[in-house]
Amino acid sequence: MKILVCISHVPDTTSKINFTDNNTKFDSNGVQFIIGPYDDYALARAIEIKEASGATVTVLNVGPADTEPTIRKALAIGADDAIRVNAEPTDSFFVAAQIAEQAKAGGYDLILMGRESIDYNSGVVHGIVGEMLGMPSISPVMKLEIEGNTAKLAREIEGGKEFLEVNLPFVAGCQEPIAEWKIPNMRGIMSARTKPLKVVEPSAVDSGVKLQKFELPAPKGSVKMISPDNVGELVTLLKNEAKVL
Amino acid sequence: MNILVFVESAEGKIKKTSIEAVVYAHAMGGAVTAIALGSVESSELEALGKYGAKKVLHASDSKLNQGIIQAYASVLVSAMKDEQADILILANSSLGTPVAARVAAKIGASLASNVVELPNTSSGFVVKRSIYTGKAFAHVELKNAKKVLGLKKNAAEIKEVGAAVSVTPYSTSLVDADFATKITSSEKATGEVLLPEANIVVSGGRGMKGPENWGMLEELAKTLHAATGCSKPVSDMNWRPHHEHVGQTGVKVAPQLYIAVGISGAIQHLAGVNSSKCIVVINKDPEAPFFKAADYGIVGDAFEIIPKLTEAIKASK
Ligand SMILES: Cc1cc2nc3c(=O)[nH]c(=O)nc-3n(C[C@H](O)[C@H](O)[C@H](O)COP(=O)(O)OP(=O)(O)OC[C@H]3O[C@@H](n4cnc5c(N)ncnc54)[C@H](O)[C@@H]3O)c2cc1C
Ligand SMILES: Nc1ncnc2c1ncn2[C@@H]1O[C@H](COP(=O)(O)O)[C@@H](O)[C@H]1O
Repeated sequence: MKILVCISHVPDTTSKINFTDNNTKFDSNGVQFIIGPYDDYALARAIEIKEASGATVTVLNVGPADTEPTIRKALAIGADDAIRVNAEPTDSFFVAAQIAEQAKAGGYDLILMGRESIDYNSGVVHGIVGEMLGMPSISPVMKLEIEGNTAKLAREIEGGKEFLEVNLPFVAGCQEPIAEWKIPNMRGIMSARTKPLKVVEPSAVDSGVKLQKFELPAPKGSVKMISPDNVGELVTLLKNEAKVL
Repeated sequence: MNILVFVESAEGKIKKTSIEAVVYAHAMGGAVTAIALGSVESSELEALGKYGAKKVLHASDSKLNQGIIQAYASVLVSAMKDEQADILILANSSLGTPVAARVAAKIGASLASNVVELPNTSSGFVVKRSIYTGKAFAHVELKNAKKVLGLKKNAAEIKEVGAAVSVTPYSTSLVDADFATKITSSEKATGEVLLPEANIVVSGGRGMKGPENWGMLEELAKTLHAATGCSKPVSDMNWRPHHEHVGQTGVKVAPQLYIAVGISGAIQHLAGVNSSKCIVVINKDPEAPFFKAADYGIVGDAFEIIPKLTEAIKASK
């Protein structure tokens, strides 16, 4: 079985978000980058499947050269090889088109992604890729079991979950508790250095969206503290001041 | 400009976020057609006229009673064609967002999800969307003639603008490939306030000590007609079901009021609540980082404060 895992390279979840160049560029100064947390779940599940029943796991990232440490980390976690499409991931449609092209060429049985990237939070790349490849796409997936040519999945819905069955190949956007995040060990880190990482150039895609500018939310006002002996005051404030009750 | 709005329902009732989508489309100034799939109460559908729909379509094929992503996308694409609609608007949700992606790819539309306010059309068509899990916004121009917009909760304020309309049945021509995924069963809390839709959320963290102590939070939630939420460790330890987990890797909520009890306020938790209008934090540690993100705070023991708060709310009603 051949599994493709698409990973985004995103600011660490504790990062302060800032912009430069008149609010048109992300300020990466002092920011640590990680594998998208949801993508990390997808990767962990792919490695589990590989360990349980044998599979090759390829990781794919659409990004410039500075994403390579993130890709190497995925190799250290246990992926066999990697592809980097050498381009700025400017929008979902562009990224999806690059992924679809690589997926077609590679002939994968299973394409795993995160439910959403934590930079753009679009939650759409898996759906677009599924449509481009003519495959089902399912998200957000919280459980995935493969039995021969079929998969049994659980998908989170508002207030619960639903259970599904689908034949391979398909695309899934993953989230917890599909697997537990894996931390690379020393041997993984050593072997990752020599695993193949292929760099390919992007194909031209006419993108229908264009970023104009970024904006930061207005800063929060200061907190009003209320005595634990006067809980009634909180209720009054919520009613009359905040007007939310 | 013809706009199609996909409205979702739960237990036969139209979701509040979908009504927001109808209001939003009407405020854009187009001719609004709303479409619902699967079984929905007809009075609910007729009422969509009040929120700005000129026409309401209902695809009541029982095969659509289950939210199958591909099948829903196919129906919406054909309805856009039939209604000559260039714009599709829907509320972001576990069904809406993946459906939006497939529709956009099928028709070559410019796509934006997590849109937070009306588009700016002074030059081009520019939407403001929430990014970095609520830590920032991006203004993006949607250049294609066809557009698909996924709305974040509160993108429009619900108000009545018209009168009820009659419902037009919409017949579908679905193919087997649309049903390549089969939903075999589902588990769903019924009669509860759904977390992503809730106006008030009462959320508990590890400070609640164990699942046996959730009764007092549920009591508070019931008094406020609120949904219950929790922090990640709480759902990881199975104290609460996973769909209640709020934060960066869980549900992103945007209620009027978020009450956090015994939650420290880690940045990953805050990422899921930063779109709340008002935040109340109850924590015994005055140094808990959550207080910095709060509007109102009480330092003290949750086990003493929560019952008192529930009583005070009951008394004020
Ligand atoms: C990539 C990543 C993603 C993550 N995503 C999420 C996410 O989506 N959501 C999320 O919640 N977390 C997430 N986390 C985890 C996050 O970092 C924190 O570990 C978590 O939010 C802590 O949960 P907590 O506040 O319930 O527990 P704790 O941090 O243990 O805090 C418990 C709080 O309860 C207070 N307390 C104790 N007893 C009482 C009492 N009797 N009365 C009142 N207060 C009391 C304590 O003072 C303390 O502040 C993520 C972490 C990572 C690395
Ligand atoms: N630049 C990228 N390279 C590879 N995969 C990506 C990239 N961006 C997003 N993805 C994948 O698509 C999923 C959904 O992303 P999004 O639609 O941006 O929220 C992510 O969780 C990743 O698995």
